[in-house]
Amino acid sequence: MLSYEFMRLALAAAVLVGLTAPTVGVHLVQRRLSLIGDGLGHVALLGVAVGLVTRSAPVLTALLATVAGAVAVEVLRARRSASADVALAIMFYGGLAGGVVVVTRAPAGIPVTLDGYLFGALTTTTRGDLVLFAVLAAVVLAVTIGSGRSLFTVALDEEHARASGLPVLQLNLLLAVVTAVTVTLSMRVLGLLLISGLMVLPAGCAQLVAHSFRSSLVIAALIGVTVSVGGTAVSWYADTPSGGTIVLMAVAAYAVLSIGRLARRGSPRHGPGVVPSPVRVG
Amino acid sequence: MLLSARPGGAATTLRTAGVSALTVRGGGFGHGRDAVLTGVDLTVRPGEVVAVRGPNGAGKSTLVRGVLGLCDVQAGEVRLFDVPRARFRDWHRVGYVPQRHTVAGGVPVTVRELVSSGRLSRLRAWQRFGEADRCAVDCALEGAGLAGSGRRLLAELSGGQQRRALLARALAGDPELLLLDEPTAGVDAASQRVVAGTLAGLAETGAAVVVVLHELGPLAEVVTRTVTLPGADAPC
Repeated sequence: MLSYEFMRLALAAAVLVGLTAPTVGVHLVQRRLSLIGDGLGHVALLGVAVGLVTRSAPVLTALLATVAGAVAVEVLRARRSASADVALAIMFYGGLAGGVVVVTRAPAGIPVTLDGYLFGALTTTTRGDLVLFAVLAAVVLAVTIGSGRSLFTVALDEEHARASGLPVLQLNLLLAVVTAVTVTLSMRVLGLLLISGLMVLPAGCAQLVAHSFRSSLVIAALIGVTVSVGGTAVSWYADTPSGGTIVLMAVAAYAVLSIGRLARRGSPRHGPGVVPSPVRVG
Repeated sequence: MLLSARPGGAATTLRTAGVSALTVRGGGFGHGRDAVLTGVDLTVRPGEVVAVRGPNGAGKSTLVRGVLGLCDVQAGEVRLFDVPRARFRDWHRVGYVPQRHTVAGGVPVTVRELVSSGRLSRLRAWQRFGEADRCAVDCALEGAGLAGSGRRLLAELSGGQQRRALLARALAGDPELLLLDEPTAGVDAASQRVVAGTLAGLAETGAAVVVVLHELGPLAEVVTRTVTLPGADAPC
């Protein structure tokens, strides 16, 4: 498997996406926004179609479309309008429908298939793609880990964060933009319809076993890399599509952890820190 | 101005001469065009523990939230440390314990993580959490009677313990003005005494405390002054 250049590139891309997507997912799950990535994937399709039709780089146009979509979501959320829910649906399905229609207007000679974007085409990753992925992944991690504490504080209690003088709107916009970047980054690996799976399922796994927010981030990232690399390898040997295989492995991980948790229940729980520790004076 | 709303006499005003922590003059608070509270005059000086009381719907929470900018100031003037609220930027000097809170999220959170989040306003962007910050969090946990519970999951705490965790979060920021909205609701008597001691200690170090209370309870011993809001029909 590793003797093929395209598989080495594919595995490298899988590591990058497997590491970054779950760190975004933990923040989204904390805010109970786990399906936002799915909606942004729909919007990204419009960007891809526009890119194909105008002969510009689909990754770039998809990035622009998702960032615009993510900012719109945050603005709607901040306004707390009663119709925000419907507005999101209009944007997401408008994006999906727009993509499907616009792509048929592609100039002659361009293969007009969206399949690679919808379900992923990991093995078509080029060296150039990988460099771009690495840059995007670094940006995403700088935010989800570097500003993790601020994002966490806002998610925990937005009103208190505002009263403490934190730039709440800016932080929410930052997470929205990073989500959009992750959607674009994961588009080639997983496909727009499956992206949310790799963002949210590892975070869901962490929910089952983690004992803090910080450990949730670490566990989600570890599970993300494992299923991402594992799924890519399995897809090579079993000749299955990579995106679907990766997400199925994440589902399997969730199932195993759930069963493990059920099995543990009933046995006395040895929770940490319930015994008072010596008093510290500072 | 120095003598306003302070029954202590000249000697006291000399001792605390300087900046008041909170000044409200002719304050009107509410949501949008709905006025909940009008004509509020209140001055709170460093070292004072002021209880705000009044019937349900009198606007106690609205007053606190208005000071913090969480609802609208419709009339009058609010000054924090003698700076008009609109120009006030030192929000790290102000601590807040909200009345109601669901400390549930989609991801497990420890008590310590919640309390540490109250320290964030003291840090500059990208600044790491240092030893002094960890120490402040330890003290805050202790002050709220939660020493040793730092590693417990928030979701596993009782309602009263969660309220104390919110108090600890506010304490972690070393506030010079602390606004508490019914911090002892649902908290048992022993823990209320711990909270009372903590607030008294805070006031001794020169912090100003404003505490909305439905029942004084053990806090009666540490309250230096009570302000009663007249009843009104408007809900907050």
